Amino acid sequence: MSLSQDDVKKVSLLARLLLTEEELTTMTGQMSDIVGYVEQLNELDTTGVEPMAHAVEQFNVFAADERAPSLSRDEALANAPKRDDECFRVPAVLGE
Amino acid sequence: MSLIHASAAQLLTQLESGEITSVELTKACLAQIDAADKQVGAFLKVMRDSALEQAESVDARRKKGEKLGRLAGVPVAIKDLLCTQGETTTCASKMLENFVPPYDATVIAKLKAADAVLIGKTNMDEFAMGGSTENSALGVTRNPWDLKCVPGGSSGGAAACLAASMAPLSIGTDTGGSIRQPASFCGVVGLKPTYGVVSRFGLIAFASSLDQIGPMARTAEDAAILLEAIAGYDPHDSTSANVKTPAYSQSVKQPLKGLRLGVVKEHFGEGLDSEVEQATREAIHVYKSLGATVSDVSLPHSKYGIAVYYIIAPSEASSNLARFDGAHYGHRTDEAAMLEQLAQERAALEAAGDEAGLAKLDTSLVRMYRQSRAEGFGPEVKRRIMLGTYTLSAGYYDAYYLKALKVRRLIRQDYDAAFKNVDLVIGPTAPTPSFAAGTKTDDPLSMYLGDLYTVTANLAGIGGISIPCGFSKSGLPIGLQLQGPPLAEERLLQAAHMFQTATDWHERRPELS
Repeated sequence: MSLSQDDVKKVSLLARLLLTEEELTTMTGQMSDIVGYVEQLNELDTTGVEPMAHAVEQFNVFAADERAPSLSRDEALANAPKRDDECFRVPAVLGE
Repeated sequence: MSLIHASAAQLLTQLESGEITSVELTKACLAQIDAADKQVGAFLKVMRDSALEQAESVDARRKKGEKLGRLAGVPVAIKDLLCTQGETTTCASKMLENFVPPYDATVIAKLKAADAVLIGKTNMDEFAMGGSTENSALGVTRNPWDLKCVPGGSSGGAAACLAASMAPLSIGTDTGGSIRQPASFCGVVGLKPTYGVVSRFGLIAFASSLDQIGPMARTAEDAAILLEAIAGYDPHDSTSANVKTPAYSQSVKQPLKGLRLGVVKEHFGEGLDSEVEQATREAIHVYKSLGATVSDVSLPHSKYGIAVYYIIAPSEASSNLARFDGAHYGHRTDEAAMLEQLAQERAALEAAGDEAGLAKLDTSLVRMYRQSRAEGFGPEVKRRIMLGTYTLSAGYYDAYYLKALKVRRLIRQDYDAAFKNVDLVIGPTAPTPSFAAGTKTDDPLSMYLGDLYTVTANLAGIGGISIPCGFSKSGLPIGLQLQGPPLAEERLLQAAHMFQTATDWHERRPELS
């Protein structure tokens, strides 16, 4: 299946990536190639095959409901691109 | 034998007997890094001061007769995607160029508890996505055997630093072959353990159902020693295997009697380089001479491995990498410039009376995310995020992702059937030896096909090891791959050690000027 540049543009918003026109063009070609390649899976009949999401059997692991030490506020904020004394700072979300 | 070429096993003996000190050894490794790493570029960061402090502390405690950890005083290099408290951990990405983790990954904590000397952080493909280390945004790594060639990837720095004798041990990670393929390209040993054997806590995730941390070394015995130090159940990783860690360092030297090897038919088909094929066939012959029985096995669905992998891995990556949004850590775009640009776009749309365009215009927060990610991620990472977002998006989930999960089970069933008749399967690690830098960067699909023999182990969750088994005429190393049933790491290591008792490929070293 071949992807259109418009498809790729839509995906770029879902993926929260801003692509230049040039990147969109390259990406459209490369994604079409790769999607075309993976479509060979359609030659296999997988009726009745249980999907395998994980390599090992997964069990629920419950943690004890106990208080334990966690990062201090300063440690948690240490890598913030922008912060004040208490919070991460981001551009305004409301009021646009 | 000089300190930098010695195995970790030899070094541990010499350290314990007092013949050498950790400071001498660490200084020797640092001197080799100074001499050779300008050409090789294995390290993103050399932890010179903290390594020497750690070495001094080990020597002092040894002098006092204190009980020390099992890697006491031996330098270990770390792939730069394991969180290391107080040390930048970059994933070779501009996104995390200045990220300083507030905690240690479990593997790092275990290495520290084992009194290893952490000597530095090694280069890799950005976020472990790639097979040549050319996708690193922060440095160039070359193959010590031929500086025009790539070291493989994504654990390219981890493999190159071993080949160039800069460290005796290193830690890699493997999502589709990222330990075994660079080991093969650089002529060293790399083990991808069964999924769950080593805790992934603190590993910056690429594809969580496939990622596994493993040991890299110059001998199978050293890989066993390192695996023993890092393996084990971890309550912080709910997917880690709750099994007792075997004494790999002890069992590795016991030869396997009556070893049954299965030659994977599908791994000797189209695309296999003739020199790699010849070296692999000769290696199989070595096993026969050591008493192994050899038969053919078939993994009929293995040819679909790359297709399955390039649906599942990008899907998981698109989800895992959603966290890098410039809000809490990592790169954030210049906000003032971003807001200015957005205002200009809005003004232009308003002037044109384009209501539809205005309705679609990003909010400033969304634009902050998109712009930060556009600047922070390199082309391969963007490509995989895009692919994964596409295959998981509405309307395509069943056609791609669900289909891939079903074929994944068929791949696992092939292995289960094969291991009813053989103890391990054997074949080449990669279809070719290393290649010249720059020759595959424009064609992602051809790069992806280099993972053909390795990805299926990740999809099935089983272990695999690459060991040196020869050289091409142009002097590039060739790797032999063994894969085993779940939790058969002891057997893999024993089989690898047996081979190394009968061959000397692993003892050769590149000549670096």
